[in-house]
Amino acid sequence: MSITPEHPAALDRRTVLRRAAAVGMLATPAIGLLSACATSSGGDKDNEKAAEGTKSEKNPLGVKDDAPIEVIIFNGGYGEKYATDVHEPLYKKAFPKAEIKHQSTQAVSTVLQPRFASGNPPEFVNNSGEKLMDFGALVADGQLQDLTELWDAPSVDDPAKKVRDTVVPGTVEAGSFNGKPYVLYYVSTVFGIWYSGKLFKDNGWAPAKTWDDFIKLLTAIKAKGITPYGYAGANAAYYQWNVILTQAAKIGGVEVLKNIDNLEDGAWKQDAVKQAATAWAEVGAKFSDKSFEGLKHTDVQLRQNQYKVALYPSGDWLEGEQKKDTPAGFDYQLMPVPSLTASDKLPATALRATAGEGYFVSAKSKNPKGGLEYMRQMLSTAGAKGFTEVVKAPTVVTSGSEGFAFPPGVASSQAALKAAGQDVFNLYFDGWYKELDTEARSATNELMFGRINADAFVERIQKRADAIKKDSSVAKFKR
Amino acid sequence: MRHGKYPFVIGFLFAPVALYVTFVIWPYAQAFQISMTNWRGLSAPQWVGFDNYRKLLDDGAFWKAVQHHGVLLLALPLITIAIALFFAFLLNVGGKSSGGQRQGVWGAKFYRVVFFFPQVLAVAIIAVLFQMVYRPNESGLINGVLMKFGLEPILFLVKPNLALWSILAVLVWQAVGFYVVLFSAGMASIPGEIYEAAEMDGASRVTLFFRVTLPLLWDTLQVAWVYLGIAAFDAFAIVAVLSVDGGGPDGATTVLAMEIYRNAFVYSKYGYASAMGVALFFLTLTFAALTLRLTKRESVEY
Repeated sequence: MSITPEHPAALDRRTVLRRAAAVGMLATPAIGLLSACATSSGGDKDNEKAAEGTKSEKNPLGVKDDAPIEVIIFNGGYGEKYATDVHEPLYKKAFPKAEIKHQSTQAVSTVLQPRFASGNPPEFVNNSGEKLMDFGALVADGQLQDLTELWDAPSVDDPAKKVRDTVVPGTVEAGSFNGKPYVLYYVSTVFGIWYSGKLFKDNGWAPAKTWDDFIKLLTAIKAKGITPYGYAGANAAYYQWNVILTQAAKIGGVEVLKNIDNLEDGAWKQDAVKQAATAWAEVGAKFSDKSFEGLKHTDVQLRQNQYKVALYPSGDWLEGEQKKDTPAGFDYQLMPVPSLTASDKLPATALRATAGEGYFVSAKSKNPKGGLEYMRQMLSTAGAKGFTEVVKAPTVVTSGSEGFAFPPGVASSQAALKAAGQDVFNLYFDGWYKELDTEARSATNELMFGRINADAFVERIQKRADAIKKDSSVAKFKR
Repeated sequence: MRHGKYPFVIGFLFAPVALYVTFVIWPYAQAFQISMTNWRGLSAPQWVGFDNYRKLLDDGAFWKAVQHHGVLLLALPLITIAIALFFAFLLNVGGKSSGGQRQGVWGAKFYRVVFFFPQVLAVAIIAVLFQMVYRPNESGLINGVLMKFGLEPILFLVKPNLALWSILAVLVWQAVGFYVVLFSAGMASIPGEIYEAAEMDGASRVTLFFRVTLPLLWDTLQVAWVYLGIAAFDAFAIVAVLSVDGGGPDGATTVLAMEIYRNAFVYSKYGYASAMGVALFFLTLTFAALTLRLTKRESVEY
């Protein structure tokens, strides 16, 4: 029930995906057993008859130009129009002789599980929604095509550029399992601290880049009688640990987060984490409101819309989520977490960003090359632009969002992402080790609402991380 | 027809017993078995013996939950029964007597219906309702009024030492109505002549209550105590929906069912969660047995 808060859809889905992946790794033996009886017509046979054409400049992946391809789209929040109107015509344009079989569904696993079991999977799948198939289990069962070839292929728009260089940093990693890319996460998500452009303009405030400026800004806001900063403790404490860890990454570099994800000894006790926690505990003590610990994320977000809270940490789904409560002219704007010290390893523009909405190519389908090519077309400027125009969400393709008139919030997060350049990072521990997430949430509330200090904060989370590391029943992931 | 009796009886018993075994006994047995494994929901479970129970011993959250059950176990039945008895007494025999018959206070029939309202509401709705009541800012039912008068808001669910009592208050509020009705029924079956006789001897209302009503209601009280005790071992829905951060702040309101839910459905540690479930099973059983044994008295025949 409600111990899982009503996350914003985007994050929720992604978390579910990763969690599902984590569980899936364990599922492998059971799947093996099941397939022993459930699959009659040998899904194990090698994919020898996979269609293959000759590689050329126009066809770097070597797609057989008349091989048919089947596309399965999850008909959810993004609909299926982006596929039928944008991506499929693009593929057809590149390979006019190929026949495209399009199918959309709201229950991906119901439709596809039997097809995988009988060894006749479709080439291209948008695996998403409530009934998505377990990515981890699919990976472990060898059902997913390794995407390395795609990421290393020349891009559609500029043959001198590899596909992996046309997307937001971290995209490949987000879809990787123990280092190998299997899933394409297509929709871009940027995290930061949000404010109302109108409120700031009316009061002559500017977003802060350094910590001193940040504290000055908070003080000025407080003097105005507005709560300067706040997050919802009742169900969204992870919005705040996200800020603290983003701060830590900026201080000590992305290695800090990598150590945490990999459960390295003493990862939480790294100096950067401690410094970040100390700084934010002070913000919590001086510039927030104690009652927020009892509020849900929608409550605090509503208060921000009412100009009662100035700064709120979240991802860029926020603007869409608050659409109906946002007053006209509110003008959502994103500010990256400010630098703490002058010697921070990452610049002030650095931020956490990741990708959502998963797509994969079936390794055991008849035309996996076609599936890869379909992805390459998706990742072209035209493919990404078309997607964005249809569903109004930015993709991971950097050039795809250029020139599109996003609503102000997404526009500002896209601008921030662009400004960040290569200084973009992500973290995974919460999806891999749910217990650690729970502990971090509790500890964050304790820290931000003044019941423990930074030392105790890192101490208790480290203790839990150590316990998980020792627990042999928990599958471990590395990045 | 005598020789046909057993097939007849067995024929009738078979279906219910089969259902009971399949849906009650079997899951219980399975919980015991799963609690001895490290099952995570998907791959075949591996036998780990008493490992999960050993882990329970130094699981802080588990002991916190047990401690909270201890508090609830004492406070919930005591407070609920006290309030329910008081109300039931007022509703049935608290008023003046007319024509030798003791009456409830004025408007008793109306109150009886009102008291029962919370019982009609789904638990989840009650929890959501109290989210509004306890809300820590000006839009909360209580704090809104307090803040109108310029007072500081009370952080009911946020203050670690207040949160459990706030939850307890909801549990009591929800339970009282039912026990008012239960005790009313019990009191209605106490013969009026006894009251009459006592009154003639000059007994006050207080004496009536302690010397007549209470002893004659003992059986009902005993049942109420066991029921409320078992309710105190549950409390899951209220805690899950109402408390901050799922049994928070920092586990200050967590209960065993909450921890079981978290371990099973959030962490996918079904084996460990089952071990907690088995622990809860024995705790509840012990409680029920103890209560029935300790409160055993000779019942008064009338």
